[in-house]
Amino acid sequence: MSGVTYERRLLTRDRGFGLLQKLWLIPWSFVLLLCAIAAVGYVALYSAGGGSAEPYAAKHALRFGFGLVLMLSIAMVDIRFIARLAWVGYATGIALLVLVLLHGNVGKGAQRWIDIGPLQLQPSELMKIMLVLGLAAWFQRASWERMGNLLFLIPPGLAVLLPVGLILKQPNLGTALITGMVGGAVFLAAGTRWWKFALAAGGVAVAAPIAYDHLHDYQRARITTFLDPESDPLGAGYNIIQSKIALGSGGLWGKGFLQGTQGHLNFLPEKQTDFIFTMIAEEFGLVGALAVLGLLSLVLVFCFAVALRCRHQFGRLIAVGLGTNFFLYVFVNVAMVTGSIPVGGVPLPLISHGGSAMLTTMLGFGLLISVYVHRDAEFASARD
Amino acid sequence: MRLWRRAERRIGSGKPGWSGFQGVRREEERRRGVFTRRTLLLGAGQLGLFGFLASRLYRLQSEEGERYATLAEENRVSARLIPPPRGRILDRNGQVVAGNQLNWRALLVAEQTQDVAATLDTFSRIVPLTEQERARIERELRRRRRFVPVAVREFLSWEDMARIEVNAPDLPGILIDVGTTRLYPEGEHLSHLVGYVAPPAERDMDGDPLLELPGIRVGRAGIERHHDLLLRGRAGAVQLEVNAVGRVIRELDRREGVPGQDVQLSVDAGLQKALRGRIEEGTSVVVMDARNGEVLAMASQPSFDPNVFNAGVSAAQWRQWTSNRATPLINKATNGLYAPGSTFKMIVGLAGLEARVVAPGDRVFCPGHMDLGDTRFHCWQRHGHGSLDLRGAVKLSCDVYFYEIARRVGIDRIAAMANRFGLGVDLDIELPGTKRGLVPTRAWRQAQGKPWNLGDTIVHGIGQGFYQLTPLQLATMTARLATGRAVQPHLTRMVGGKPGRGGRPEDWPSLGIPERDLKLMREGMWAVVNEPGGTALGARLPPALGVMAGKTGSVQVRRVSREQRERGFKAENQPREWRPHALFVAFAPYDNPLYAVSVVVEHGMSGAGAAAPLARDAMVEVFNRLRPAPGQRVAEAGR
Repeated sequence: MSGVTYERRLLTRDRGFGLLQKLWLIPWSFVLLLCAIAAVGYVALYSAGGGSAEPYAAKHALRFGFGLVLMLSIAMVDIRFIARLAWVGYATGIALLVLVLLHGNVGKGAQRWIDIGPLQLQPSELMKIMLVLGLAAWFQRASWERMGNLLFLIPPGLAVLLPVGLILKQPNLGTALITGMVGGAVFLAAGTRWWKFALAAGGVAVAAPIAYDHLHDYQRARITTFLDPESDPLGAGYNIIQSKIALGSGGLWGKGFLQGTQGHLNFLPEKQTDFIFTMIAEEFGLVGALAVLGLLSLVLVFCFAVALRCRHQFGRLIAVGLGTNFFLYVFVNVAMVTGSIPVGGVPLPLISHGGSAMLTTMLGFGLLISVYVHRDAEFASARD
Repeated sequence: MRLWRRAERRIGSGKPGWSGFQGVRREEERRRGVFTRRTLLLGAGQLGLFGFLASRLYRLQSEEGERYATLAEENRVSARLIPPPRGRILDRNGQVVAGNQLNWRALLVAEQTQDVAATLDTFSRIVPLTEQERARIERELRRRRRFVPVAVREFLSWEDMARIEVNAPDLPGILIDVGTTRLYPEGEHLSHLVGYVAPPAERDMDGDPLLELPGIRVGRAGIERHHDLLLRGRAGAVQLEVNAVGRVIRELDRREGVPGQDVQLSVDAGLQKALRGRIEEGTSVVVMDARNGEVLAMASQPSFDPNVFNAGVSAAQWRQWTSNRATPLINKATNGLYAPGSTFKMIVGLAGLEARVVAPGDRVFCPGHMDLGDTRFHCWQRHGHGSLDLRGAVKLSCDVYFYEIARRVGIDRIAAMANRFGLGVDLDIELPGTKRGLVPTRAWRQAQGKPWNLGDTIVHGIGQGFYQLTPLQLATMTARLATGRAVQPHLTRMVGGKPGRGGRPEDWPSLGIPERDLKLMREGMWAVVNEPGGTALGARLPPALGVMAGKTGSVQVRRVSREQRERGFKAENQPREWRPHALFVAFAPYDNPLYAVSVVVEHGMSGAGAAAPLARDAMVEVFNRLRPAPGQRVAEAGR
């Protein structure tokens, strides 16, 4: 234990420790990492714009700048204050989901959003973060014994199922699945018994075929073309094939910046959003793709490192939940463009074009940094 | 040590208290232990899945990379633009004056050949290409994207096509295709109005993808240029899936373009041709519908064949056009600048009447000259006209009478009146580059740093001096005199089947000049043509057609000195380019004006002798072609 750590702990104990000291505690190397990833996004979007900052890259930089401010502002907020407001956040998320079902705009792939001035907000993105907050607040004082109590687990279980159901109703299968999995990760980390997980998984296995019957045609088409993409090369499987061709033809070193033929000849649909990773992999090859994947992995590692270093359960659960959320974004997106899972319409965080996703991602990182800064904050301890 | 610190902290915060400490600590440890284990498990799993993605990327990009690279090569969706047919230009009777004809041509698609230069070498062994053609092709290839075809040779003959087809295997990237090219059936007769088209230059590239297509033309002059966007239409596109050798496998998507719209002109092609057959070099004639400003004919001699521009103008041809002193490329009706001479006298008269410096009955005695200080201003009639009123002064074109009015009213009020009649202002006709001309004012002269003298005013009272007006402006002036409305000349009658602007007389506002004043001027013009002693008595219309009113004019192009005048100056004896220009403006019928005409004959000597007969012939031609049959409404004439 070095003297520095001890001093920090003292600072943290003092409720009034100042803004400047908090700024000092911010993990700037992590902020730099985020900037690097956003820069990769700028380069890729510059290429997707046909070698021009318009219409994507310039906006991307602007949004990231705005997101940075948001993130750092949230990072300054005391984590205990956030914990007290967690349920308010959760309720707001649910309210927005209901609102969007009643009044939202429906886009392609049935992602629903609300227009707030120039911004489009997808409440389902916000909901994932609010769910993590809500669950973490519920579990923060739960002891191991308490976690064994089934009755104790029912309210948070419902808290997961409610938004999942609402998102399914939109209908947005991909996001609903991700939301469920994020909730599951928090449950797991909080100490839910393994056999209860096995039971839940069994339930899902039974429910899935029934759910399949209720899926929309386009969602079914995604699953069937995933199983045999070559079956309908100009139909729903077209995107996957084109994406794989683009990736594969990129080779080891890529075709060079702005030289990707698949992307620039418009083979790739939505190359600025869902298929941005394909652009990168085509132009910068396996080396570039792995480098980007490496940068994204570092973010994940940071999330888990924060979780392990945090001294209060609330922060730990938030870090695990947000980390899992980030992981799922990246995994679903990259797996989708490599033809490993059905097309899900999930953007690549910090890289894809899109304001709502950028904002919610940065909001999440703001919370994460707040956890890091206040990792030694005092919470009431576990109860039975 | 660590435990101790934590214990210390708890004591410090004092929350659970000593008694519960052991239990709380154990509980917290256990919870944390579970959390750490499970978090590590989750993290490892997630990183493992990233590892799976990495291995997947490795398989796709490294192991199977080559296979996919081949697929990418083969997999070309080729987007091709479909050029819309360029809109036609029709005359007022629906006769095509600018249409499209088929054009067989050889194109080169750079991305379909390994070696562009080799293909071109082979091509020029089959169909010889000149150095310039080769340079143009290479320039266009550099400028365009690799999948956009570039025209190698247009207007292929059947033999050339056959030879290219036979050698097709040696000509990768070359394809034969049929396009359209512009055809002007009336040739040089309408070229000043219709204009012409040419391949777009760099500065024409306005972002319209259509302009990248091989063989596309843009309007360069006249109506073709003014209405270029309407005529051009919008490109359609097909998305084709093609294989590695460029064969089309299937059509993926098709967006139809918008064909260019037809433009119908107010011009009568037959009338135009007839007039051009009558006139000589340096002459221009404008015939307008006085009621609504529609231009019925606008002839300028000499002219050029617009079809030549299609295939590109040779340097020799261009030199011949530009070095010709008769300027065939310039439309003299809109860009020739002349002093109006006596045809301007009605404007001076109206300015005088409006300013009340002269009354219709005011008589002026013309002794043949007017003295101002020691300068003497001559009347064209050396012996003088004697005592005249305003009507008689117009009829006989007495200079002294108008010197006197000009002296009284001043140059600025004359200029203001001239502007109201469309002189020296931009008439906004659909012919790019049309001249605005010049009507001098005191301020204009002073801006040049020179004073305006009373003598200048007097000279300008008879339409001589600094004036620079176009025949089109003179015709407009005449139409406004005849109708009292501020009609503007225009050429577009219909666009895409819809009427253009200003087709009805009511579309044009009144000039705001008392009908009494206008009537007096018209009476004077009637007398010019129809009363014994009028300056253009010989230009009467055949009685069956109606009555024409007009005004002669002739303007010196060189100053005549006193000595020359005293030695018995005779313009006829001068070299041609020193002889005065002849002008005539007219409208008919006198009692219900339908048509206005202006004629300018460069170096034609006298308005009555050279210009008036042409104006009469133009009127006769117009009446014969357009005059409504009895009982038919005037407004429907000529539809």
